[in-house]
Amino acid sequence: MMEKMIIGRYVPAESLIHRMDPRSKLIIIFLFVCIIFLANNMLTYVLIGIYTFLMLGLSRIPFRFLYAGLKPVLWLVLFTLLLQVFFTKDGSLLYELGPIKIYEEGVRQGIFISMRFFFLILMTSLLTLTTTPIEITDGLETLLNPLKKVRFPVHEMALMMSISLRFIPTLMQETDKIMKAQIARGVEFSSGPVKERIKAVIPLLIPLFVSSFKRAEELAIAMEARGYRGGEGRTKYRLLRWKLADTMQLLILAILTILLILLRS
Amino acid sequence: MRGEVFMRESIVSLKNVSFQYENQGRNALQNVSFDIFDGEWLAIVGHNGSGKSTMAKLLNGLQFPQQGEIMVCGIRLNEESIWEIRKKLGMVFQNPDNQFVGTTVQDDVAFGLENHGTPRDDMILRVEDSLKKVKMDHFLNQEPHHLSGGQKQRVAIAGVLALRPSIIILDEATSMLDPKGRGEVLETVRALKDEKSLTVISITHDLEEAAKADRIIVMNQGEVYREGTPEDIFSMDDELVQLGLDIPFSIKMSNAFRQKGIDLSKHYLSEEELVNELWTYRSKI
Repeated sequence: MMEKMIIGRYVPAESLIHRMDPRSKLIIIFLFVCIIFLANNMLTYVLIGIYTFLMLGLSRIPFRFLYAGLKPVLWLVLFTLLLQVFFTKDGSLLYELGPIKIYEEGVRQGIFISMRFFFLILMTSLLTLTTTPIEITDGLETLLNPLKKVRFPVHEMALMMSISLRFIPTLMQETDKIMKAQIARGVEFSSGPVKERIKAVIPLLIPLFVSSFKRAEELAIAMEARGYRGGEGRTKYRLLRWKLADTMQLLILAILTILLILLRS
Repeated sequence: MRGEVFMRESIVSLKNVSFQYENQGRNALQNVSFDIFDGEWLAIVGHNGSGKSTMAKLLNGLQFPQQGEIMVCGIRLNEESIWEIRKKLGMVFQNPDNQFVGTTVQDDVAFGLENHGTPRDDMILRVEDSLKKVKMDHFLNQEPHHLSGGQKQRVAIAGVLALRPSIIILDEATSMLDPKGRGEVLETVRALKDEKSLTVISITHDLEEAAKADRIIVMNQGEVYREGTPEDIFSMDDELVQLGLDIPFSIKMSNAFRQKGIDLSKHYLSEEELVNELWTYRSKI
């Protein structure tokens, strides 16, 4: 279940977006989150919409994957829409029913804010759908590299992330094994009152913790035996390649930014 | 043929090594001295707590002895020389999962190379080459949870091999594997040893594995109890059982035959030798 949530987000495919350098993707997403706030009228929102759907098209991600990512947040979008519609009291009155008054500005704001939300979610899920977790880690490590000057442990963070990613499936398998062992001993995980079920998690968590600590210790010994002594003097096997497509994408985003600045009211 | 081994020069030597873990009254190793010769396959056997795993940790500087000195490839082991020595002396540990650092097979093999600052071009060649040697080159981008234990151990061997070591230590490396995986791993190490004239130190409690070594050292209570060829060691019989070691089936079998008055040609026999001896037995009398 958890495996699907974290690992299964990546959808392998051969597309322009998949082949992009994770660094450029991260930069673009970061900038996109900033420039989306420039939009404040219909025209600018339509522009952002066109851009978003263009990117989605280029990624060749089947719609159902996008929908799966959107589903849990869709109600949030709806909620913001309703909140804006009912509580903004600007502009001309459109509709009145007893105490409920709907104003023109409210509808406008509601639509804009939920569109903003919608595009943000689409773009950020596009990142995780087209980039493997390890690529994201590599990208972050290189992008954050300047922070080393202020003693931020960039290399250690990246290594931590990649080891966590590597051990997620291993720990999932282990959880499954412990669960079966406990079921065989008569523990009920899936039925009974809520209080009992929460209690049943304890005999699952404790062995899992104990073995994780043991794993960590053994892994540390193995890493040291293989010559690991921190990031200093280390070379990298994984290579990030900045391609023409990456520069192009950044340029497209720059053009979008200029258009947004010119067209916003 | 085995006699030759002893003529070779010593590649690892321990002199009067004693070691004690913190908060423990008893020495884990007590005045241990022995040599390991270039190009031999040495098995160190002993039951749990006999000090054999401590020995592995001392050999590549994961722990330092309180007394005595250790020389590896002519270098004295100390805080400064450990990184140099760890390049020459690779270790494969017991748990296949807990030594797999990379997210994919090739990343894991590259891990050791990255640590030693190998240039990237060289790294690519070495990763490919060492994975070919352990026959895992078709699994470059495979993730560890899709591999069997034996395959993971072979990747671990490739990771060691990529650093071009002179010595490989197998620290109970086959004890968590099924018989098939165990066979795969030992076969791989055997082939590599012959090809690259590596020195192999296998630390194990499995006497069947030790039977294939050139020489065996039996550890007990932190001391070297006996040292000799597999034939010598297996002639100890009951003594081994008292030390908490299980004698291989083929040895037990031939002992039983001997007790029944059926004499076999030699005391120590591998399973194959035993079978051959038995089916030709009739024709001899």
